[in-house]
Amino acid sequence: MSRRSWPFLLGGLLVALVLAGVVSNYASSHPDGLDSSLLKGCTVNADDEITGGSCPAQQARDHELADSPLADYGVRGVGNDFLSTGLSGVLGVLLTFAVGGGLFWLARRRNPAGATSTGPGATASTGATASTGPTGVDEAGPARAATTGGTTASRPTGDR
Amino acid sequence: MHISNGIIDGPVAAIFAAFALAALAFCVLRGRADLDDRLAPMAGLVAAFIFAVQMLNFPIFTAGVSGHLLGGALAALLVGPWVGALCVAVVLVVQALVFGDGGVAMLGLNITNMAILGTAAAYLLIALLLRVLPRTPAGLAVTAFVSSLVSVVVASQGFVFQYWLGGTTDLGGNLGGLAGTMAFAHLLIGIGEGLITATTVVTVAKVRPDLVYALRALKPAAPVPAVPVAGGVR
Repeated sequence: MSRRSWPFLLGGLLVALVLAGVVSNYASSHPDGLDSSLLKGCTVNADDEITGGSCPAQQARDHELADSPLADYGVRGVGNDFLSTGLSGVLGVLLTFAVGGGLFWLARRRNPAGATSTGPGATASTGATASTGPTGVDEAGPARAATTGGTTASRPTGDR
Repeated sequence: MHISNGIIDGPVAAIFAAFALAALAFCVLRGRADLDDRLAPMAGLVAAFIFAVQMLNFPIFTAGVSGHLLGGALAALLVGPWVGALCVAVVLVVQALVFGDGGVAMLGLNITNMAILGTAAAYLLIALLLRVLPRTPAGLAVTAFVSSLVSVVVASQGFVFQYWLGGTTDLGGNLGGLAGTMAFAHLLIGIGEGLITATTVVTVAKVRPDLVYALRALKPAAPVPAVPVAGGVR
């Protein structure tokens, strides 16, 4: 079943890479809802820099890691803005997938035989395997549901 | 909606760091029941996808203000509330430690607002709406849209609460003004988030309905004979 998930994972990752690597260059660079709320009372210029007045945003301090090579979604040393933003986005997506996926993989349940565990995944698989027999194999259920999705919809077990 | 350094004072930031840590530990404990060999890589993808979409600031009501997806509702729909909150937290940690987005000292505040509050509010609504609405693409889209919208506004008011506790500028009793400004801006951002979340989740439900946690975990209130969107997965 996890083998069948790979095309989806790769496809999803590709979409994320295109969004972060290309589309990100067309994002608005204006302050977001929170930052703009904190600018109330101040006047700003065309670059959204404070030019006068008094507002909460003036208390903002530099980021601890403002010197990070990827700070502010750019790659230090890359002169081309489009490339710099896109590259930082691609690196961010891959890093987030590696860190997140890695941590979740380490934290996952490792008792595939544990039929007593009551995750929603387990619930789903019992629903699918109920009609085919008490195999008790956690893996088979959702895969079967995926491959025979069209026919299982009309089964009476669909009401569970 | 990332808080920059200096906006909230140190003691309040520390309190929320402790709260966020405890809440995330609880999410790990509860989330492990959901985290199997299939959900773990999916959760990594959800985190990576949220990172990507958070880069896409879209303009809202005036030309000078933007907003971006927070991702709590999307994560809750796709991988459940516990793992979902952890997904958003992973994104926030990467952003703070690598991309200089959101102060490291403010991480607890940001995780509380976007990962904990946003995801919790979203999932409460998802659990309610998915049970009462028809199991159609439209029902799923409405669930995604409404839960996203509300979760963004709730997260924005989390910041207002934190500012009330430890804001570094004396608003002179005008906290209500900040609350109103934040709520209005994030109502509009929430519409954007709702559209993105609904589009994404309905697409995933069409391609791989078995990969949508909320469709697996939440049963309709009344038995529904035809299951067009679920495609056979309960």
